[in-house]
Amino acid sequence: MGKVLMKGNEAIGEAAIRAGCLNYFAYPITPQSEVAEYLSRRLPEVGGVFLQGESEVAVSYMIFGAAACGERVFTTSSSPGISLMSEGISYIAAAQCPAVFVNIMRGGPGLGGILPSQADYFQATKGGGHGDYRLLVMAPAGVQEAVEMVMRAFPLAEEYRNPVIILGDGLIGQMMEPVEFPDHLSSKPSNKDEWATNGMATRKSGRPNIVRTLILDPNTLNEHNLHLKEKYERMKRDEVRYEPYNLEADYRGLIVSYGTMSRVCRSAIDALKEQGVEVGMVRPQTLFPFPEKAIEEAASKESCEVVVSIEMSMGQMVEDVERSVRGRRPVEWYGTCGGDVPTPEEIMEAMKSFMSSESPHLVHSSTG
Amino acid sequence: MGKEFTRPQALSEQHTHYCPGCTHGIIHRLIAQVIDELGVRGRTVGIAPVGCAVLAYNYFTFDFQEAAHGRAPAMATGIKRVRPDLMVFTYQGDGDLASIGMGEIVHAANRGEKFTTIFVNNTVYGMTGGQMAPTTMPGQRTTTSPLGRNIDEIGMPLKVAELLSTLETPGYIERVTVIKPSYIVRAKRAIKRAFTYQLQGRCFSLVEVVSTCPTNWGLTPMEAVNWTADVLLPYYQLGEYKSPDTREEG
Repeated sequence: MGKVLMKGNEAIGEAAIRAGCLNYFAYPITPQSEVAEYLSRRLPEVGGVFLQGESEVAVSYMIFGAAACGERVFTTSSSPGISLMSEGISYIAAAQCPAVFVNIMRGGPGLGGILPSQADYFQATKGGGHGDYRLLVMAPAGVQEAVEMVMRAFPLAEEYRNPVIILGDGLIGQMMEPVEFPDHLSSKPSNKDEWATNGMATRKSGRPNIVRTLILDPNTLNEHNLHLKEKYERMKRDEVRYEPYNLEADYRGLIVSYGTMSRVCRSAIDALKEQGVEVGMVRPQTLFPFPEKAIEEAASKESCEVVVSIEMSMGQMVEDVERSVRGRRPVEWYGTCGGDVPTPEEIMEAMKSFMSSESPHLVHSSTG
Repeated sequence: MGKEFTRPQALSEQHTHYCPGCTHGIIHRLIAQVIDELGVRGRTVGIAPVGCAVLAYNYFTFDFQEAAHGRAPAMATGIKRVRPDLMVFTYQGDGDLASIGMGEIVHAANRGEKFTTIFVNNTVYGMTGGQMAPTTMPGQRTTTSPLGRNIDEIGMPLKVAELLSTLETPGYIERVTVIKPSYIVRAKRAIKRAFTYQLQGRCFSLVEVVSTCPTNWGLTPMEAVNWTADVLLPYYQLGEYKSPDTREEG
């Protein structure tokens, strides 16, 4: 099938259908309401389920109920909505049910703004809801990648029996790009008879399945959490994805950046190269698990003087970058968090200021 | 002649953790009997609440999910929408349904979701230790209303059956109790009607069961039954509040 020009939000909705998920529950919120609008007409065409819930809280439990029955299900929302869903997400992770969430991030905290942001990094990668759980977090840098990540998310959620979240931003949701839906990423739901409440009569075991999260015995709860941790360790081992950029050069600065922000960084790196200044980039495609080793290796290159986390948030990713760099190089932060995406020129300027002024390339490089 | 009184297949042999004089046990048994009679155990999913009945799945022999506080109607919605062939009921107390979960129950009922809610109203938060609920009676002492519920500050007890009956969407809503055998027979009839409407795909159904909590009321089981009859039933009047049949006839 050829490419079609689609808005990010609509492409995300279509990607779920192509992946084999026909169940969608959601509550409207800018800047991703187009997903619900698109699916409200598209899902009935393919015999799927579309329901607009009364709140994001309720939606997260509609997702839980459907997922606990063993059906593929997903929702989309934006930052304040994900805060409300975080209660349900904690339960879904605790109950080990597969489900897919998409967060088209907007500026925060509070109502914040409706323009693109990456300020939910902590929420997605460190928790959001209560308790010891993690989400598999994927961060697309364009509409095509968003489509592919959504399509991969369903089998991954099933493999780990854990929620997966796609962390996009308002720009990815709103912009139009040519996309295709790769057939090889369509998949069949896995068999869930071992645990799902899909009706006892449909199963060979003839025993009731109970999906629960209350574990009053301290030893059993500890074991449960250790089991969850094992899954997260397995994700760290097997699911790290990142894209290297210009790492073959003798770069003096290394950028770590993801999503929309990384695209601007790429332009800045290209422009700096034309000026004779080399900068490399590691673009995490998964934020949990985080590409720690790739960043450590890239930062350890002899030519590298500084590592800069460039993000549309106030340095939320810096902690993970520092942890990855393990003190081998200084780690800096650059970014904005109001909804405006920094320009390539601003990033070039920032990178130059972070790199040593002794460099011959920089002596006459004032762009002012 | 064989045995005439046996344990329903849908009820497990687990010993109860409920207090003496608590009516959860009777209500569980009625649900199990109805599920046996309808022959739907193999496709039933129950949803346990947060509260004393959080462990309800220990007492039944079919699939169960466990909800967060108040969210059972949203979970039931998720199940029924993706698997309409399953028989789904939520089992919720008054703190769960009438306080934190009021949004979920109103919207599920108003959408006409095809599941059943068994609403156990004993006027207090049971498991957390007898705190005031939206259904606590005026002047009733609880651990968070030690001087009695003050209606000037807290308002009057919520009447859930009446409130949900104002919705225009067709539904079946009945209030019953289980404090004496004749009431138990009527309660079972109501639960069976509710499940039957669901199986017919007709409407949302809710059976409110006015129940006892001797432990948190500070009464003996017998006193609790009497207090239910004398104080609760005049306020929470029994009967059918809404029926899809009457609507069609009218």
